[in-house]
Amino acid sequence: MRAFTQHQGVAAPMDRSNVDTDMIIPKQFLKSIKRTGFGPNLFDELRYLDEGKPDQDCSNRPLNPDFVLNQDRYRNASVLLARRNFGCGSSREHAPWALDDFGFRVIIAPSFADIFYNNCFKNGLLPIVLAEEVVEKLFQETYENEGYQLSIDLEAKTVTTPSGESFGFDVDDFRRHCLLNGLDDIGVTLEDADLIRDYENKRRETAPWLFNTAN
Amino acid sequence: MAGKTLYDKLWDDHLVKQRDDGSALIYIDRQLLHEVTSPQAFEGLRLADRKPWRIDANIATPDHNVPTTDRERGVEGIVDPVSRIQVETLDKNCDEFGILEFKIKDQRQGIVHVIGPEQGATLPGMSIVCGDSHTSTHGAFGCLAHGIGTSEVEHVLATQCLVQQKMKNMLVKVNGKLGPGVTGKDVVLAIIGRIGTAGGTGYAIEFGGEAIHDLSMEARMTICNMSIEAGARVGMVSVDDTTIDYVRGRPFAPEGEQWDKAVEYWRTLHSDDDAVFDKVVELDGADILPQVSWGTSPEMVTGVDGAVPDPDREEDPIKREGIVRALKYMGLQPNQKITDIKLDRVFIGSCTNSRIEDLREAAKVVKGHKVSPTLKQAMVVPGSGLVKAQAEQEGLDKVFIEAGLEWRDPGCSMCLAMNADKLGQGEHCASTSNRNFEGRQGFGGRTHLVSPAMAAAAAIKGHFVDVREIMN
Ligand code: SF4
Repeated sequence: MRAFTQHQGVAAPMDRSNVDTDMIIPKQFLKSIKRTGFGPNLFDELRYLDEGKPDQDCSNRPLNPDFVLNQDRYRNASVLLARRNFGCGSSREHAPWALDDFGFRVIIAPSFADIFYNNCFKNGLLPIVLAEEVVEKLFQETYENEGYQLSIDLEAKTVTTPSGESFGFDVDDFRRHCLLNGLDDIGVTLEDADLIRDYENKRRETAPWLFNTAN
Repeated sequence: MAGKTLYDKLWDDHLVKQRDDGSALIYIDRQLLHEVTSPQAFEGLRLADRKPWRIDANIATPDHNVPTTDRERGVEGIVDPVSRIQVETLDKNCDEFGILEFKIKDQRQGIVHVIGPEQGATLPGMSIVCGDSHTSTHGAFGCLAHGIGTSEVEHVLATQCLVQQKMKNMLVKVNGKLGPGVTGKDVVLAIIGRIGTAGGTGYAIEFGGEAIHDLSMEARMTICNMSIEAGARVGMVSVDDTTIDYVRGRPFAPEGEQWDKAVEYWRTLHSDDDAVFDKVVELDGADILPQVSWGTSPEMVTGVDGAVPDPDREEDPIKREGIVRALKYMGLQPNQKITDIKLDRVFIGSCTNSRIEDLREAAKVVKGHKVSPTLKQAMVVPGSGLVKAQAEQEGLDKVFIEAGLEWRDPGCSMCLAMNADKLGQGEHCASTSNRNFEGRQGFGGRTHLVSPAMAAAAAIKGHFVDVREIMN
């Protein structure tokens, strides 16, 4: 996995709450058996005026001029500002894959849905929870200043604005460790293979029915 | 020391290792696989040259992409080439690794969350995962059941474990009795309406109280299924006689001495009387009416006697904005009566409501009636081949067909419209599924979440109606 230590980039404001993963990447694009190539279809139904199809060249599709990521000033954004409960709904990891493929590295919101939050870490994407008032302030500053950039430091657990104002955030130690070092967490778990085997053997004795195959 | 909750017990029983940093390794007893969220996981295994840890812990079936007609042709019958490749990839991966799969022509094929319980592959006390958020369904059996992402599917394939952070405990208690015509679906929609789509974030929810324990396993599954719509990855009901009776005799269920030993253990799967929950929410079953969602989030829901809300009366600016946006998308007016919403299609199916009891309830309502001529389509999609067979044995298929509903083959179908079954732009649908997000059932489609009985009643009338009026 790609490591994440620090990042500085343009912020884009996704100004609606309860953004679900169906919205982030609609179902027709879930038919792919790959992990890459979802970027052009990120927020497909909001971003384009027509209905998107899998394996289509998106460069000639009619863009929705009202959608935030279609505005020139946000085209190269890599920090997404979002509202409450971002990433709710389906567990599809295609959502972080699409955000990543578009170029986002950080998502900042007052709250995230659990599965989405977890899926981000597995893909080198950093979701950051900040207080609602702080997020609101970042939204306002983004709107007011073209080219507004945020700096994120995972080691120090801070988000810093262009004026030098800094906000601390929490992230649990294991996830932070894996992200900072770009660790493959399957490899980390397999270091405990003996423990897993011991547990399994014990369970085979105490609860053998868990290992049955069909009668 | 305070007693343990059901979640605490399940957690402790599956704990392989508690790490110093607060994370834990949890052993997974069962993984269910489907075609959409597994290909990249198998590919990851191959790239890292890893083998599945325990092959017999996995069961697979294609469900999201399968057509609901023309099934005799098997995979060949999938018209969309991209969908076909995905289903073929699942077949190939399962064959290669030796994983049990109910393939498209197998009568046991169906929606993952229907076939697990049906096969007894979902047993009380298990930890169960699937690359699908509605894995919470299995919690109805007193299981620890999580939806996970594809990286975690790969992690479980490779290690039989999941890295988890322990969640907080929430109890949602539904007291007293439910009124006639009020189902599990109405209960869970009312709960989501109360606590909101993020109300359960960070919690494992246990559903308890008299009204919950009066319910069948099917209805409990409907409730646990939609825990994720309340933000909770995990929803559970403690084990009682209803649970044990349901499991008995199923293909994967233990027998003889093993059965007795299992039942003895299963009887301990309930929260202790002195267990402490971080949060408790109580509802009175008698207050719950048949529910209808009006917006684009499952929390945007009201009783059938209600009306679409007026954004001017919402004080929270973020919520007000959400209502305005939802009404625009749904093509509804503030204060419009729910029963005045006209429908274009009706969909009865999905892992929320496609089990035999759901079909029986819908059939009871439509029996002797005809689908309204104003509808373009009303369809019934059973949750599995075995549910379909059971329904046909009971003659339910005939009841539906005579009333003018289409009787289809099993799969996810119009719940997420990855196959050919979808809504047209602007069409309103009474749906027994679980998500009313923008575009969920088709580009520009407008979904209203209801129970099977309410969907059936709406099919007859062409608009929403209180099913209790039809039942009388
Ligand atoms: S029926 Fe719908 S919610 Fe259930 S697994 Fe299929 S697509 Fe997901």
